[in-house]
Amino acid sequence: MVQSNTNDSTCRRSGVNFVILGLMSLGGCVLMGLLGAVKYLYPEALSNFEFHQLRPIHVSLAVSWIFLAAIGGIYHYLPNYRNLTLTWPKSMHIHFWIFVVTGLAILGAYLMGNFGGREYWAYPPALSIPIFATWIMFGINICLTMKKEKEPWPVYYWMWMTGIIFFFITFSEAHLYLIPFFNENIIRETTIQWKSYGALVGSWNMLVYGTAMFVMERISGDKQMAHTNQAFLLYILAFIALMIGWSHHVYAVPSAPWVRMLGYIISMAELAILAKIIWEWRQSLTPNQKHAHLISYRFIFASDIWVFLNLILAILISIPAFNLFSHGTHITVAHAMGTTIGINTMILMGSVFLIVEELCGDRFAGWHRSWANQGFWISNISLVVFLGALMVAGSMEAFIEWEDFYERAEAIVPMLLTFSISGVGLIAGLWMIVVAAISMLMPAANEPEAIQAGAE
Amino acid sequence: MKGPQPWRRFLFLALFVSFFFYSASVYTSGTALNEGPVASDAALRGQTLFRENNCWACHQIYGLGGYMGPDLTNVINNPDLGPEYARMFIEVGTDRMPDFQLSDSEIDDLIAYLEYVGAAGNYNPKKGKVTWYGTVEYER
Ligand code: HEC
Repeated sequence: MVQSNTNDSTCRRSGVNFVILGLMSLGGCVLMGLLGAVKYLYPEALSNFEFHQLRPIHVSLAVSWIFLAAIGGIYHYLPNYRNLTLTWPKSMHIHFWIFVVTGLAILGAYLMGNFGGREYWAYPPALSIPIFATWIMFGINICLTMKKEKEPWPVYYWMWMTGIIFFFITFSEAHLYLIPFFNENIIRETTIQWKSYGALVGSWNMLVYGTAMFVMERISGDKQMAHTNQAFLLYILAFIALMIGWSHHVYAVPSAPWVRMLGYIISMAELAILAKIIWEWRQSLTPNQKHAHLISYRFIFASDIWVFLNLILAILISIPAFNLFSHGTHITVAHAMGTTIGINTMILMGSVFLIVEELCGDRFAGWHRSWANQGFWISNISLVVFLGALMVAGSMEAFIEWEDFYERAEAIVPMLLTFSISGVGLIAGLWMIVVAAISMLMPAANEPEAIQAGAE
Repeated sequence: MKGPQPWRRFLFLALFVSFFFYSASVYTSGTALNEGPVASDAALRGQTLFRENNCWACHQIYGLGGYMGPDLTNVINNPDLGPEYARMFIEVGTDRMPDFQLSDSEIDDLIAYLEYVGAAGNYNPKKGKVTWYGTVEYER
């Protein structure tokens, strides 16, 4: 099944460590989410932790799951399926270990109550230096590797390259507050912070959509789909959304009106095209093709359903008049979690299980396979209830006239309880998937000869 | 043909360059203060303290941030709340909000920051005016 370098076990394992670390981050992320929910509802519980420590751990682990799974996929796919040897293979290992150490340092900072930035990067800004350094290494390595391509670039190369470049830009933007010109104007500082977070999501969407296109091409064997104009249109729309789609975050910041108007004009056409591409791809598959990568296929299919549902919500909250009410309520949380879990996580799981199914072939069976399967259903069904409860809570906050914050917070408690209980189901499902995937990706499971190679 | 196709390369560059122009105008005219107030040194120190203590995890400013506690944009200039009310919360915390053990001068800085964000903008969803084409006008 593997086109090239089949015997080269270092090549076969290229990027797999990143995927394993990413899966571990996801496992930790959902656990922290649950602890955070408990702390939110019962502040006197878990007296060793504060909510404002748990929340950034949860968010940072979510971001690292998305990036690690996408990065691992790219490191894996280029040498294994595109016949391109990595230009700078050593840097991949350095990247991995620096990331592990930095990640632990960030966790330590949160637990000690040491903060600095906010939202995705709430740790002291000095810890961003190693992240900058490794990202540059990764970017150079991948772009030089893709440059060796002899054929016209498939759209996922464009997406990966753009995601890499723009992560660097938005990550820099998120640190502009360290410069007085930005920090001294509080409106500017606030606007740019949220601009950078919107563009950050845009840049990881690039990496994730590129991964989706790659996985679909691999499952179907259709080499044309990543070269069509429609695929390229998705790329262009995702690019424009990355540039200006953030402005729906800042409707209430008193910046110039045109900043906000542009965000309104760009709606979520990008998601519509993605849904259409996945839909057409599904229709084009033969039963044999589906069967050969059944688990991977299922995750991509689930992501499509979630794209449709999130699309409706995303379009609604992009209308300023609706956004005005929905912003600052749990509707926004539903939007954030619906897209990161429903779309990004499902697509990335499609990629993880593509790697599992290709590396392990028939050995991916027994409990590993049934856990992945059951985990798939449990997590998706729980996610429906989970997001539903958030939507109801958010709508209550948004559209009912409350006396004050306190009355409102009291009223939504039953919804948040439903949310937390379905969250337990979601965690159970995701953990089953994570455990099944990690157990197959460990060297011993898919590469008996790697044990010897690793021992040298 | 080797590598990226020329017209796609061109499109990429065009978008890339426009992103820079767009960002530059957001950095400057898009967020110029015009007639808005200028922040005092105390407010800027307060801004840093707000980040360093991760008040953002639980609070919003202009509707942005975490949702465990209330939006703080107008806590100071709201006649029903005001600086003394806010000071009480920051000084001792509540059962849901931790006590950050801040000194009096640090609390003064935080209050100055909150006063500034309230003077520069409003966040009261129920008070915005919705236009016929779907955007919202606020009073400063
Ligand atoms: C762990 C979450 C959390 C963190 C962190 C936090 N707060 Fe709070 N804060 C709350 C909650 C919740 C309330 C509402 C009171 C309650 O329910 O106990 C509140 C209330 C307030 C109020 C009163 C607002 C009103 O309209 O009633 C102010 C002012 C305030 N916090 C300021 C701060 C500042 C400044 C910081 C950072 C130094 C901070 N808070 C950090 C949770 C938090």
